[in-house]
Amino acid sequence: MAWREDWRRVRVIAWKDITTERRSKAGFNSVAALAVTILVLFGFALGPEAQALRDAAAGAVWLAALFAGVLAFNRSFQVELESGAIEPLLLYPGSRWTILAGKLLANALFVGLMLAIVVIVGVTLFQVTIPKAWPSLLGLFALGAVGLVVLGTFYAAMSSRTRAREVLLPLLLFPMLVPVLLAAISGSKALLTGDLMHEAGAWIRLLVAYDIVFVSATLLAFEHVIEA
Amino acid sequence: MNETADTMNVPRSRAWTLFGVFAFVALIAAQVHAVLTSPADRDMGHLQKILYVHVPAAWIMSLAFLVVFVFSIRYMWRGQEKDDLLAAAAAEVGATFNGLTLVLGMIWGKPAWGAWWVWDPRVTTTLVLFMIFVGYLALRSFVDDPERRAQWSAAVGAFGAINVPIVYMSVRWWRTLHQIQSSPSTMDSAYVLGLRTNAIAFMLIMIYFIRRRYELARLRRATELIADAAALGGT
Repeated sequence: MAWREDWRRVRVIAWKDITTERRSKAGFNSVAALAVTILVLFGFALGPEAQALRDAAAGAVWLAALFAGVLAFNRSFQVELESGAIEPLLLYPGSRWTILAGKLLANALFVGLMLAIVVIVGVTLFQVTIPKAWPSLLGLFALGAVGLVVLGTFYAAMSSRTRAREVLLPLLLFPMLVPVLLAAISGSKALLTGDLMHEAGAWIRLLVAYDIVFVSATLLAFEHVIEA
Repeated sequence: MNETADTMNVPRSRAWTLFGVFAFVALIAAQVHAVLTSPADRDMGHLQKILYVHVPAAWIMSLAFLVVFVFSIRYMWRGQEKDDLLAAAAAEVGATFNGLTLVLGMIWGKPAWGAWWVWDPRVTTTLVLFMIFVGYLALRSFVDDPERRAQWSAAVGAFGAINVPIVYMSVRWWRTLHQIQSSPSTMDSAYVLGLRTNAIAFMLIMIYFIRRRYELARLRRATELIADAAALGGT
């Protein structure tokens, strides 16, 4: 029944993070506000012609989510460090990967909610018509969000404990996320325009592969990273 | 104590100086030979000569990053500081050759393709790889605790290497699903020998550079340990 114990630990850690966030809401509100601000700025840079905005919508939404999400990832470990909670967390018995898994769950919820807001605002501001294939689009967004959150959370476990966390996390994370961003942006763009070239499936498969590779790799490597 | 003694025992050998001299002589000889003997290309003329620095630099970059990957995994496996320092030395050398590859490619691309930059899959992947290892080196410089630095950079180095094929595939799809990039032409046998000898010369240079950076890293660790011991009031 070891897996049941592990799963319980994952849930408790995720719930703890969600509760902290729910009680203050400061983190989520400011991050979501920043994401919306970035979207508006993209609108100024690319608009006001409706077709140009529509073409750039997918890229703007994903980049806004990325820039705002980076702040959330560092926060999720900084909260632990400020209250000196990371050592007690490590002292609890059980596998270390459950800590990462719990934080992944909480961050996925956080980024998922933020993406929902960003998408609603993006659809409005960039005058996008929602395609018939919106369930596929939803799946693609979920897969992209997982890719974003997995490496974001893992690298934040390191960068949040260094002197230059604000610059180090994007420096490490953004190049690693190139496949996720390309797949998410190109896939969304394809689905928004009716997927005439039948390329969305290839992008979704790439995202699935990326997510599987890096969820496994981060869970394996986390024990080394968090103990050091 | 044992590990401290091991760290203090910094390897330094005169033979490596000779090796370095040999490597540089080999490089000069291979370059001169290739440049003098190769015929001018039908389309590119003497622009073709950049082949002898650009292509070996790209190969050696890949080789150096392979060393980073292998020794990062080995460090995570066995936890010996030597493996971490060797991976770091290879990352520095790999990043240098990576930058060289990009710059030389751009110098070639301007007259050949008509632009300093094209979003070709290989070119773009090389740039992303460069950014990943710039991040790796930045991480190393921002973390002071040696064990922490070693564990973290091992993870970043290994992840970066794992990501390379995925980046390549994603950029290729991004390009080819929209428009097709012309493939590089196949090579005439007149250029193959020069390319091979230069590749070997570059590899000798790489080995020499990695060795020297590794020795330097070991020396730095040794001075840190001496400073620590002095601060604790020891000998």
